[in-house]
Amino acid sequence: MTPVLEITDLRVEFPTRRGSLVAVDGVSLAIAPGEVLGVVGESGAGKSLTGTAVIGLLEPPGRIAAGEIRLEGERIDRLPHERLRRIRGRRIGAIFQDPLTSLNPLYTIGAQLVETIRTHLDLGAGAARERALALLGEVGIPAPEARIDHYPHQFSGGMRQRVVIALALCAEPRLIIADEPTTALDVSIQAQIIQLLKRLARDHGTAVMLITHDMGVIAETADRVAVMYAGRIAEIGPVREVIAAARHPYTAGLMGAIPKIRRAGAARAPLVQIEGAMPRLNAIPRGCAFHPRCAKCFERCRSERPELRAAGSNHAACWLYDERPASAQA
Amino acid sequence: MTSALPLLRLEGVGRDFDVSRPWLNRVLEGAPRRLLRAVDGVSFEVRRGETLALVGESGCGKSTLARLIVGLYAPSRGRIEFDGVEVSDPARRSEAAPMRRRMQMIFQDPYASLNPRWRVREIVAEPVVVLNLSKDGFKIDERVAELLRQVGLAPEDGAKYPHEFSGGQRQRISIARALAGHPEFLVCDEPTSALDVSVQAQILNLMRDLQARLGLTYLFISHNLAVVSQIADRIGVMYLGRLVELASAADLFARPRHPYTRMLLDAVPDLEMSGRQRTPVAGEVPNPLAPPAGCAFHPRCPHADERCRRESPALQWRGEAAAACHAVEEQRI
Amino acid sequence: MDLRTLWQHDLAYSFRRSPVTIAAAALALLCVGSALLAPWIAPYNPFDAASLDLNAALAPPAWVDSGVAAHPLGTDDQGRDMLSTILYGTRISLAVGVAAVLFSVTVGVALGLLSGYAGGRVDAFLMRVADVQLSFPPILVALLINGVARMALPNSAQEQIAIPVLVLALGVSGWVQYARTVRGSTLVEKNREYVQAARVIGRHPLAIMLRHVLPNVLGPVLVIATIHIATAIITEATLSFLGVGVPPTTPSLGTLISRGNEFLISGVWWIVIFPGFALVTLVLSVNLLGDWLRDALNPKLR
Repeated sequence: MTPVLEITDLRVEFPTRRGSLVAVDGVSLAIAPGEVLGVVGESGAGKSLTGTAVIGLLEPPGRIAAGEIRLEGERIDRLPHERLRRIRGRRIGAIFQDPLTSLNPLYTIGAQLVETIRTHLDLGAGAARERALALLGEVGIPAPEARIDHYPHQFSGGMRQRVVIALALCAEPRLIIADEPTTALDVSIQAQIIQLLKRLARDHGTAVMLITHDMGVIAETADRVAVMYAGRIAEIGPVREVIAAARHPYTAGLMGAIPKIRRAGAARAPLVQIEGAMPRLNAIPRGCAFHPRCAKCFERCRSERPELRAAGSNHAACWLYDERPASAQA
Repeated sequence: MTSALPLLRLEGVGRDFDVSRPWLNRVLEGAPRRLLRAVDGVSFEVRRGETLALVGESGCGKSTLARLIVGLYAPSRGRIEFDGVEVSDPARRSEAAPMRRRMQMIFQDPYASLNPRWRVREIVAEPVVVLNLSKDGFKIDERVAELLRQVGLAPEDGAKYPHEFSGGQRQRISIARALAGHPEFLVCDEPTSALDVSVQAQILNLMRDLQARLGLTYLFISHNLAVVSQIADRIGVMYLGRLVELASAADLFARPRHPYTRMLLDAVPDLEMSGRQRTPVAGEVPNPLAPPAGCAFHPRCPHADERCRRESPALQWRGEAAAACHAVEEQRI
Repeated sequence: MDLRTLWQHDLAYSFRRSPVTIAAAALALLCVGSALLAPWIAPYNPFDAASLDLNAALAPPAWVDSGVAAHPLGTDDQGRDMLSTILYGTRISLAVGVAAVLFSVTVGVALGLLSGYAGGRVDAFLMRVADVQLSFPPILVALLINGVARMALPNSAQEQIAIPVLVLALGVSGWVQYARTVRGSTLVEKNREYVQAARVIGRHPLAIMLRHVLPNVLGPVLVIATIHIATAIITEATLSFLGVGVPPTTPSLGTLISRGNEFLISGVWWIVIFPGFALVTLVLSVNLLGDWLRDALNPKLR
């Protein structure tokens, strides 16, 4: 089955006066229909840029310097603006973090929904409105007939995000890029939105790229997860495996650093702490980008950059999992 | 030996904000005054040396309460006492001043809480200068260096500007500034919410370490129960300006009593992937300008009955734990 | 990566990238430089009555027939060398313009800061005063102040008092834009957490205003002030043209244009054209510099 999205060796650069800054460096991943792939990482890891590159909304001077992005087999990274614009709404839907700025405050949500529907699908005004009502019902807006003519400010944060999801689903896209869709919402609402996304992906067979810094959201929603660090993928694999049995030292450190609630009187140990911070774009270390902070670093890590290789049921970009006995003692 | 007198005591504290439309509009449209009850009838104590956490979602009033305690706002009702001395009466500000010096605050946004035009050295030294703890420039520099070391930075960092540091480092600078005046009590308003997970771990560990070394008392405010479980001895849950539950951390997580607390715990994502059954959460936080009658939580509560719709429950104590819920009081749940 | 050096570098970089700005800066420098150095570089002192030679009156510029090389831009009806009068005139115009702007900035920033930080009735009052003043055209305000001063002061003091009164008039007509901008920025900064932190520490409100808020609200003031210098010079020129600006003994570019205007009809064009040209060059170059500064300092456009 052709994956809905296939990214091969993507490289996103920002040319500056002092040379190019590489924000995404050789990222490859694929998402199957109906699958939710989580892309998780801390700030500066390049996860949002990866999503933006796929949608084709990279702001100049940022540009795709190398690699391929294929949507259902077709290359989309080199398309002229006009064609990409048509693909963007029709076959790729986007959900961003802030529902307030994703909706135009001057138009009713009905108007925005209908406009999007009619732009991408050949429907008359009446049919488009019917479809909009159906979508609103599907995303859980109570009494859609009454609320379709309301303005965005008349909705609460969680409801607005549902409207944004409806807007993203308007034209039956094959792929949805969701960039921090729950970060601005309250915890109780987050849970609701997560459930919604998961259900919709399953029901519509849409592939979802879920970009977030919140591992908890990933645990609940994603089927597979890619952990990004300094513009590269450190580890990728099924969600259960990556969370419970992380192979890459960074992922392991990350999982240890996440506070978890201990139910019954277990003693409170200090959180695992990874010393240092993610390198800035102009100071990415040679070899493995994580090596200065890694407790298991050895000689090879300092000089050669590891590619993703099999590590148990996951793939990790780490020399610890190199089968060839050549250098390397852990 | 912990003194029996609590370090901080709140009694019936409330704060209203007037969010009425401008006078002219009101007259022309005949619109009434609108009052936002950000905090309503909150009472609790903080004991010396402990960490009390306040959790809640947006609009619950926890940030307003933090600012009431440090004196950025004056309460509309009620009383705040620090070490037995009332600090909430604006008329008695001079008596309250020595108490105020013993408390400090750490803010949420590491980018906005440091003046971008000041050097780190000046920022950290400000409490020392204002509180007149030392006039000797050399001694002040020494103190700044000591503070920076304490929070894991280098003394040379004092010469730099805030924008040269990352979010986590800026939060360390904030902590150094807060500690400069030798406070006993720190109000921490979501100090790690804006930080990456790995940086958050560093800061939480640092705060625990400092508490042990310097004998600090923390009031830790957060919306994240998992973060709070790392640092809190006791936890208070707030909803729409009211305190709905207060218990030790162990008790709260093992036996949550108030339905909202249970809902919050349920909403915490399941990282252990234990596949636990989740009760679907209902509804959203209502508009604080138009809170529901009776118990503020009743529209979303699976156990609400007629009494809940009419009567607002008071905080009931059972041993060391308290809950404001009719169903709990009537032992229905 | 040190962001501060990057910013400063960016400013220099954007400067270098814009030929228009470089040209404008060069021109402005030329105007300002020559005006400052006027007493030393002007071939004649046009205000020294003893050096006037009526025989050389109304001489055309050097490249026209009957012009003399000694007066490259010609002379006026009293034999004053045009080049020298322009140099001295620019000096007066600049001095008045800069002084007026300094006055406006001081008053405007102080009131704006107070208004924004204190809020409540103080804010309401000050902003109403500003609103009322804004409903008068600046020229009218300047005329008003000038008129009052002339009536209030004895004739003998008119000469000495004319320039300070002019500066006062221009300054008073221009403070509102600074007050409004600074008030807006102060309202924003007042609620930022570093100000709250200072309050928790126990800093006196005045200290907070001056040491914390002020450095952070001055940015836009610089841009406005640059462009304001140009407007102030034009307003002064207008006032002097109308005869209520600088006294005739210390002519500014406006006075020169005014005087020259009378001769235009008899074909003596150089007395009005050259000062006019000088005024346009000065104002245009300052305006262009201000434009560049505004765009360069705007983080959203970078």
